[in-house]
Amino acid sequence: MTLIATQGVSVQIGAKQILTNVDLSIGRGEIVTLVGPNGSGKTTLLKVLIGAQTPTRGAVMREAGLRIGYVPQRLAIERAMPMTVSRWLALSGFASTAERKRIAERVGIFPLLDQQMANLSGGEFQRALLAHALLIQPDLLVLDEPTQGLDQPAVAAFYRLIDEVRREQRCAVLMVSHDLHVVMRSSDHVICLNGHVCCQGTPTLVSAAPEYQALFGFGTEGALALYRHEHDHRHDHLESQHDA
Amino acid sequence: MMLDDFLVRAFLGGMLLAVAAGPLGCFVVWRRMAYFGDATAHAAIFGVTLSLAFSISIFAGVLFAALGVAILLALFSGRLYTADTMLGVAAHGALALGLVSVSFLTDVRVDLSSYLFGDILAVGQKDLLVIASGATFILLILGWRWRRLLLATLNEDLAVSEGLNARTEALLLVLLIATLVAVAIKIVGALLITAMLIIPAAAARPLARTPEGMAAMAIVMGMISVSAGLAASFDWDSPAGPTIIVIATVLFVATGTLSRFKKT
Repeated sequence: MTLIATQGVSVQIGAKQILTNVDLSIGRGEIVTLVGPNGSGKTTLLKVLIGAQTPTRGAVMREAGLRIGYVPQRLAIERAMPMTVSRWLALSGFASTAERKRIAERVGIFPLLDQQMANLSGGEFQRALLAHALLIQPDLLVLDEPTQGLDQPAVAAFYRLIDEVRREQRCAVLMVSHDLHVVMRSSDHVICLNGHVCCQGTPTLVSAAPEYQALFGFGTEGALALYRHEHDHRHDHLESQHDA
Repeated sequence: MMLDDFLVRAFLGGMLLAVAAGPLGCFVVWRRMAYFGDATAHAAIFGVTLSLAFSISIFAGVLFAALGVAILLALFSGRLYTADTMLGVAAHGALALGLVSVSFLTDVRVDLSSYLFGDILAVGQKDLLVIASGATFILLILGWRWRRLLLATLNEDLAVSEGLNARTEALLLVLLIATLVAVAIKIVGALLITAMLIIPAAAARPLARTPEGMAAMAIVMGMISVSAGLAASFDWDSPAGPTIIVIATVLFVATGTLSRFKKT
């Protein structure tokens, strides 16, 4: 069942064409990962999906009553605004105190509830953002580079946590990520974006795709390169070694 | 009746202003709207001219001018200038325009300084009613939209993802600030309205652990400033509005210094 889908979505901001003709769909319980170089329109595509950016052309179809839990890349909790972790969780709306405690426990920030958000470490902060998103009881969890600035063990732990909670809550996950190895291991579906959808499919399929390799190099999963990828479109902007 | 006493009316008017300015001022601080506050407040002088020229109430004229500047700012915030420059132009341009326009009012004698620095001791019963309605309006809207306003302030995309419209919330704050300007010009004057928004909120910051705590403390700080400021101005025979702001500034320095000693 499709939770959310785009059809021919294009976004132009000023004179700049950010996205061209993007089609994608996310089903219930699926983990979909967006990969792509900087400036490839990943964040813009997320904004289109959560409704913060209106596409210039194309349409976004959402399942009626779809609830999105969004974990932004940054949160303007500056020192100017005092905010305890527990108040931050309550801001998610209507979850009961017991539920807030349960989720805080689940993502491992229960001992931090009385701390100021501004005093959390990078990993703790991301967990607090995740907890807020989970309290919305989302059908779809949207994460924009959630592991930015975390060290390796923290990254691994964070992805494990996401995988666990999405099973418990039965929600789909859409994330932007630069951690290619993790992506390839844990996603159901990978979308490789560079202004348009270069290629998409299962991790094995995508990592073998020449478009993907042109963007990220061959090193990622050598053994999978056996798969031959059929193109349905040309890539004139890539220095492609393979486009026919 | 007790309200006949000008000191009592001054005190009540100041208290009402403090109650509305505290929570609203927190948003001005959180969203870095200090300069925006200045731009709308300075437009108030032009609003006074409008009121006198067309013989409408000062409140209506000031509200109109403040909103006008806010809307012009929204329309002209293009890519050629930074927001900082735009606000600088608006704040000083509006003030200058106001001062020039007042001088054209030849058949009305205008006590300019009472609009620039306020005239809290001249607050009449009608003024008190206007201030009370304005403050109530501001508090009701803030209370009603509190969670949305906070979310939109923290992260617009996050607010949108939860089904809120971040632009509506931003517009609402602009409307509330314009209302506060129109209410406060009588009490602290156009030049110091932003001070009444920012300084109590800033003084409250070191004492608070949550946004709500900060808003409540900002009200307390504002109330202390108004009562101590009024008393001091009576003693020293100094202008009331500026004296209130001086007290607020002293409180700001005090809470800031205390929090340094406590720990960082």
